[in-house]
Amino acid sequence: MNQGIRRALVAVVAAATLAVVAACGGGEESGTAAQEAGPVTLSVLTFNDYIPENLAEEFEKKTGNTLEITYITSNEDGIAKIEGAEPGTYDIAFLTSPFTQGLIAADKVEALDGSKIPNLANLYPEAAELAYDPGNAHSVPYSWGTTGICWRQDLVGDTVVDSWSDLLTPDDNLKGKVTMLDEDRWLLEPALKTLGFSLNTTDADELQQAVDLSIQAKSTLLGYDAETFYSKLVSGEAVAVQGWDGWCNYGTAEDANIQFVIPSEGSDLWVDTLVIPKGSTHIEQAHQFMDFILEPQNGQWVAENILYKVPNKAAMEALDPALLEQFPNMAIPPATLLEQEALEDLGEGQSAFTDAASKVKAG
Amino acid sequence: MPQQASPLPPSAAAAEGGSRRARLGALVLAPALVWWAIFLALPMGLVLATAFFKGGAYGAIIYEPTLRNLERALDPLYVGVLWHSVWLAMLTTAICLVLGYPAAVYIATRASARTRTLLLVLVILPFWTNFLIRTYAWIVLLNREGVVNGALEGLGIVDEPLSLLYNDAAVVLGLVYGYLPLMILPLYAAIERINPEVLEAATDLGARPLRALRTVMLPLIIPGIVAGCVFVFVPSLGNIPVPELLGGGRSEMIGNLINRQFLTTRDWPFGSMLVLALMVLLMALLVLQSFVLRRSRQVGVDG
Repeated sequence: MNQGIRRALVAVVAAATLAVVAACGGGEESGTAAQEAGPVTLSVLTFNDYIPENLAEEFEKKTGNTLEITYITSNEDGIAKIEGAEPGTYDIAFLTSPFTQGLIAADKVEALDGSKIPNLANLYPEAAELAYDPGNAHSVPYSWGTTGICWRQDLVGDTVVDSWSDLLTPDDNLKGKVTMLDEDRWLLEPALKTLGFSLNTTDADELQQAVDLSIQAKSTLLGYDAETFYSKLVSGEAVAVQGWDGWCNYGTAEDANIQFVIPSEGSDLWVDTLVIPKGSTHIEQAHQFMDFILEPQNGQWVAENILYKVPNKAAMEALDPALLEQFPNMAIPPATLLEQEALEDLGEGQSAFTDAASKVKAG
Repeated sequence: MPQQASPLPPSAAAAEGGSRRARLGALVLAPALVWWAIFLALPMGLVLATAFFKGGAYGAIIYEPTLRNLERALDPLYVGVLWHSVWLAMLTTAICLVLGYPAAVYIATRASARTRTLLLVLVILPFWTNFLIRTYAWIVLLNREGVVNGALEGLGIVDEPLSLLYNDAAVVLGLVYGYLPLMILPLYAAIERINPEVLEAATDLGARPLRALRTVMLPLIIPGIVAGCVFVFVPSLGNIPVPELLGGGRSEMIGNLINRQFLTTRDWPFGSMLVLALMVLLMALLVLQSFVLRRSRQVGVDG
């Protein structure tokens, strides 16, 4: 390599390093940014196919505000977008409860004014008792659910599938035909619950035990699958999988033999929420959006199209009973959901948890 | 050949042409070099720098220098993942070489000109379809309800469907399938270039076929073999979709581990450290490659 090029390279790398170091210098804003009045364009962060297609149109008809939607692929992606952008870039973000809790703890979301969201009255009373945000002070819930075992009743012989240990130490009817989720917070769930530990533990010894048990279980797994587990049930390749309730319904829609059960050791409760990231200059209009999203027809759309349960009582009561019959897990009552352990933000403990999950995947 | 019209004596013309050519060369190279600096050197510099910082919650990077990531990457668990990846990539390379060599020899020396074109098109044909889709196709073929199991059961060869998917063998199969053309093409190019008279001369001088192959043919195609091996080994080593889809995520390769650090767990510093480890390994491989090439050239000259 030419001396000049080498020197230029060193300069480039040094400049890059400086740029990285400089990027961390940004100060934290606090307090409320100057607000814009009147109809505005609200910038919304949400997941693909997660809101009704005509939502923007209807919202504009009702309030005059337009929506600009940015899709995120995961909660981590959403957090990265919020933290990486100038404050005020996003007015609304859809995030799952532990992430919402983390943002609240870090003072990165606006406090809500409940009087501006009259449709909160549409929610079940239980929806105001969620540990990540009691009283909906900083977030409104959009959908909720749990994780359990999704299984093919007709392909497991006389085996009764009702506990996490059925997946961890499967009998001959299940062996090699089990999949589990490999997303961090759910990867260790069967082991943690079987061992009687909290899903939110960051204790090194408890995590190690869960890692050991999960690695043992790998030999009887078909594989890890967090995307197409219900298709594997439909094809019969898998007969019992760890899966989210809503997604299990996608399997049930194709084969009525696919059932969902909350394991006897207990499971988790997740809630997808809406928050207003700190720095929004459209707080008033964002409240209007939250109120709009809590109108029964929007919750009903989620239940009918995403097959997720919603904390919106008015929406759930408007559902066709045939839907609840076809997808029995849609009828799990809020009280049962709240008996499950709510996933919490792990704060500093997150890296120990992540490390444990990496060990299972690598082991 | 056109007549030389240069008024300068040949040596001066060469010198003048040489410096002009150097300047022209620099000019022609400049866009590529700028591209390289901005899109390769700069990001690599960032990766290197990031590897020595701390990871915070939700993907934040804490700008305190630390060796923690290095320590973590040296954990036997992660070294094991790297070793497992190297092993699978080596196995893939070896199988590709064994399968690719006869194919390349046939295409280069035995096939007629027309068949040769047809065969070469067939070799690169798979590249016209997305790699991910072709990998999914293997799932359709190999799953318990799949085409292969259906055929085996239909023929009465097996009673129970075989578990063909979600193991290391399926991963190697997918990798070999995906990268075999990258072995055949450089081998073909190397073999095709050999003047058949050279081999004939060796035989005429009394070399038995095996000796002619070993002392004449092999040194001549070593550059092709090495290039093919590198072309197959490198993308196999860092492969993400094949272990994910055909391995069922049960046995991770280094690419999956890195992918997860960046996309799922958002621990960029640790991910960067793993990238660094992979880069060191690949650089060692390239050094080995140039060493082998130099040796083979010497053998070619000395012999």
